[in-house]
Amino acid sequence: MREQDIRKLITAISALGLLMVVMVVAAISFVLLVQYQPETLSRWFSKTKKETTAEVAPVDEDEWTAERIEEVGLVQGEGLQLVLTNCTNCHSAKLVTQNRFTREGWIQVIQWMQDTQGFWDLGPYEEPIVDYLSTHFAPEARGRRMPLEVEWYSLE
Amino acid sequence: MSQKASNSTSSLDKGILNLNFQYSIVPSVKKERRAFIKKISMASLASALGAEIVFAGNMPKGYVPVFLEEQDSLKSMGKDPALKVLNDRPWNVETPIHLLDEKVTPAEKMFVRNNGLIPEKIETSSWTLTIRGESVNQEKSYTLDELKSKFKTHTYQLTLECGGNGRGEFYPPAEGNQWGQGAVSCAQWTGIRLKDLLDDVGIKKDAVYIGYHGADSHLSGDPGKESISRGIPIAKAMQEETLVAFQMNGKDIPLAHGYPLRLVAGGYPASVSGKWLKALSVRNKTHDGSKMESPSYRVPIEPVEPGERTPDENMRIIESMPVKSIITFPKSGAEFPLGRNLEIRGHAWAGEEEVNQVAYSIDFGSTWQSCRLEKPVNRFAWQHFQAQIKFPKKGYYEVWAMATDNKGRSQPMVVPGWNPKGYLNNACHRIAVKVS
Repeated sequence: MREQDIRKLITAISALGLLMVVMVVAAISFVLLVQYQPETLSRWFSKTKKETTAEVAPVDEDEWTAERIEEVGLVQGEGLQLVLTNCTNCHSAKLVTQNRFTREGWIQVIQWMQDTQGFWDLGPYEEPIVDYLSTHFAPEARGRRMPLEVEWYSLE
Repeated sequence: MSQKASNSTSSLDKGILNLNFQYSIVPSVKKERRAFIKKISMASLASALGAEIVFAGNMPKGYVPVFLEEQDSLKSMGKDPALKVLNDRPWNVETPIHLLDEKVTPAEKMFVRNNGLIPEKIETSSWTLTIRGESVNQEKSYTLDELKSKFKTHTYQLTLECGGNGRGEFYPPAEGNQWGQGAVSCAQWTGIRLKDLLDDVGIKKDAVYIGYHGADSHLSGDPGKESISRGIPIAKAMQEETLVAFQMNGKDIPLAHGYPLRLVAGGYPASVSGKWLKALSVRNKTHDGSKMESPSYRVPIEPVEPGERTPDENMRIIESMPVKSIITFPKSGAEFPLGRNLEIRGHAWAGEEEVNQVAYSIDFGSTWQSCRLEKPVNRFAWQHFQAQIKFPKKGYYEVWAMATDNKGRSQPMVVPGWNPKGYLNNACHRIAVKVS
């Protein structure tokens, strides 16, 4: 064996040893984490779970037929699928369609649900959802009292 | 199958409800409910519409129109199908004003405002009410039987109005269920006085607030979250009319309204009257449960411009509801010949105060005439008014009603001060009539 080869061998062995030391340290840290800081881990996992919830899961076709969408007052348009996926798990679609807000207003409502009602982070989907809501459910100006809507009938 | 379906529909119509049956439908998950509804809906199509569905052949197979689902759900809750469903998760159902004509609101015409999901299983034999918190001498629990036998029972007719009743008229729009004016009721509640119960437990001198805890679950399904846990100041808790109730209109409280136990405090926003009552916290500070925080059930201390963001420090908890009235007869839209006098009637209430006067106008407030007004049957019960109106000539009229409380405060004709969550709209109610 030449001197060069021996040097290479020594380098390789020491690199391998270093790798093993790193692995052992990592394993020990993991065990310590599980032992003493389990919240950190569960927070990690719940975070990953929340992120996956905000994905474009396929909408249950059986549940959301075109007729049903129309009847609850939703409008066909870009972002509807995201709204169905993210906004009708906890509450009725009717809670969405009853309300009218500006863009800023809808963002505030989402923020309130996230702060107090356990709603997940919408990530990149917040933008298209807010676009949809503020386009189709924007406030319409009205006076201090509207004219009455009347269905006439003959009083007995 | 159609035979079976029509049987179940007719027993629903008669309001004969086996409790277990009721429990199995109302709170169940969306899909299960739909499956059940699909079974009975087609059979009840004709009765619901009073007619055939013209394009029934064009309807996709298995498709049940939303309004029919809602009608079936209303029936399964023991509700008049004419009530308006604002929201079905959680249940929020409004009563059209003309259906509130009775002096004592019957269960089938009482509005529903839920924040969470109706509890699925109610075991009355093991149900307990626990009184706890910083300001009790010791925590104590009572079974339903103990509550009913140990304390004296009282009955009061109490006005419960949603704090957001009338929200739909605010502009810019306020977030939440867009109530018209029908989120109000006045039923007879029977139970024990909260103060008797607190006396039995023994509370400390530093008690300032009572918070309630119910058995309903949070919409998100998170068992660690309470959907709503509000309450009342200790002075309100000590009033004779503040009850831990187990009956409504002489029967068990309907499930949608809090069976088997409900805290009932008339004159305050109905959200303080906690349903499915499991525990009460006696607090040494303002209760900090769910929906006690700003902006829920709070209004600005200093009035704000419509749409203005209001800092939390400028918000106060709503206590007494304001003066208000509704014309319950005739239903808006009545046409009748000239020369006929029109009888109008309705109810008026003023939160913790009494109503002194109700007047009506047929000329948009230019002139007002007094109505005959009855005294309340007890404190915090609504009062009934009535008047005979003579119209001078043919044409379109609006009959407006305006109540005034014993402190001289009247209802505004326009929508009152804007607030972030759209509470306390006590603007005059009006109906349209046509004299021909």
